[in-house]
Amino acid sequence: MSLTSRPVPVLRHLAAEFYAHCRSGELRFQRCTKCGAWRHVPRQTCAKCGSWDWEWTRSSGRGRVFTWTVVRRPMHPAFANDAPYAPVVIEMEEGVRIVSQVVDCPPDELRKGMSVEVTFDAVMPEVTLPKFRRASGEGRSA
Amino acid sequence: MPSLRGQACIVGIGHTEYRRAKAPEGTNLTLELRAAEAAIEDAGLRPHEIDGILPFFGLDNAEEFAVHFGIADLRFQMTSHLGGAAPGASIATAAMAVTNELASHVLIPGGWWGYAGRRVREVVVQDVSAMSGGANARDYYFPYGLTAPVQWFSMLARLHMNVFGTKPEQLGAVAVACRAHAQKNSNALMRGKPISLDDYLASPMISDPYRLLDCSLEADGAAAFVVTTTERARDLRGKAVPIVGFGQGQPFPADDIVTRADPFELGVTHATSRAFEMAGITHADVDFAEIYDPFTFQVIQQLEEMGFCKRGEGGPFVEGGRIEMGGELPVNTHGGLLSEAHVLGMNHFVEAVQQLRGEAGERQVPDAKIGIVTGFGDFGDGSVVVLGRAS
Repeated sequence: MSLTSRPVPVLRHLAAEFYAHCRSGELRFQRCTKCGAWRHVPRQTCAKCGSWDWEWTRSSGRGRVFTWTVVRRPMHPAFANDAPYAPVVIEMEEGVRIVSQVVDCPPDELRKGMSVEVTFDAVMPEVTLPKFRRASGEGRSA
Repeated sequence: MPSLRGQACIVGIGHTEYRRAKAPEGTNLTLELRAAEAAIEDAGLRPHEIDGILPFFGLDNAEEFAVHFGIADLRFQMTSHLGGAAPGASIATAAMAVTNELASHVLIPGGWWGYAGRRVREVVVQDVSAMSGGANARDYYFPYGLTAPVQWFSMLARLHMNVFGTKPEQLGAVAVACRAHAQKNSNALMRGKPISLDDYLASPMISDPYRLLDCSLEADGAAAFVVTTTERARDLRGKAVPIVGFGQGQPFPADDIVTRADPFELGVTHATSRAFEMAGITHADVDFAEIYDPFTFQVIQQLEEMGFCKRGEGGPFVEGGRIEMGGELPVNTHGGLLSEAHVLGMNHFVEAVQQLRGEAGERQVPDAKIGIVTGFGDFGDGSVVVLGRAS
């Protein structure tokens, strides 16, 4: 991986499938068809019941801010001009958590439990990242 | 199955000077060979008498040490993939190897040009998929600019602040304690540079809530130790420090820091009772703790997860001098990764051995009988080693 280009996922196997759904504008997580457990990041078997059977099941796209950090001094040159920016962990309604960003929220307005909903960012022709925006009703500063 | 308690000892320790050089002077192996030489000499052995080597993951391999030391018949080698928990895991492996006669004298080396050479932020970006869990970081964290340990561990510190009310001043208490201890350590990078809580609060924000002074010190240096059986140690010159208990553990899932059902779970959550049970000790028996300290909050988190205080009470626990010399539980008596140097946690073992030999000079913990060393690697892998007083 180059030190200067913006890091993107390696689109192989399950990561390729996860991001292909994002490219179609759908956030889908794996759900075990035997015991019903949701999971992310993608795995080959269910940690709850051991089953190899699962489906990419559509998420409601809604979640809440779980935790975050505000990067003042980027450690990766590709993000040098982005600071301050906030990588955020979102806890989805389905229970899984995902690293992302809240695109319409300045870092100092992030709050634990803030409601967010998914949106999509086509960062490259072949890569679309799921990101989030404040859910309607969440306060916004003037 | 007989207990491994006290069956093996650390009989030799060695280290290079810890520094921040302008450019690497040789390779990582150069530093590691120097430290290893010193450890072998300290044990009273000759290099070719080493017949087991447990090299550090991602640095140098056992063959390279063997060829430089003229070890023509290396009997045992193994590498732990627990990152910063590897030194402790390797101590356990060495103890098992010598106790079962798979090797007689096992060398555990580790060190790097961690400042003058490639910095951690570069290593993580370039080699992340080699790390346990690295592919998850590459595919699901990095695209959002979550690319470095200071960032992912600061998220846990923030969560703790939001859930339990932990304060920046409490993170600062860890930084101040380690810095105070470093003032009595001639090998500490931060000797002669004491800090106050105000200095801590004024230091620049790196990844909020982590400031510069929440972060460990990238450094150039290496350390090494030699493990043998307690029986063999009696005939060796090195003052032997008995390995009385050890345990390792991992959070679940180990390879993804954000999806754990219990977000504060660590390897030491599980490793501590294993180590303490083997050693036959309780928390009250521990005279000092060398706690792997990549960042300040990870010290607070480990104190909680090890059971020195309750979950959520780690912030108040580290205040009021409790973890400073003379306090109830002196922590990182050498200054730790935060104020001595980041030498992969190898330096925590060097310090613990010096303390238990009674050779820690002006930073000696009086009458130290039991010391513990923790390791913390990758996304929270853990090891706990209990060491006893040298005989």
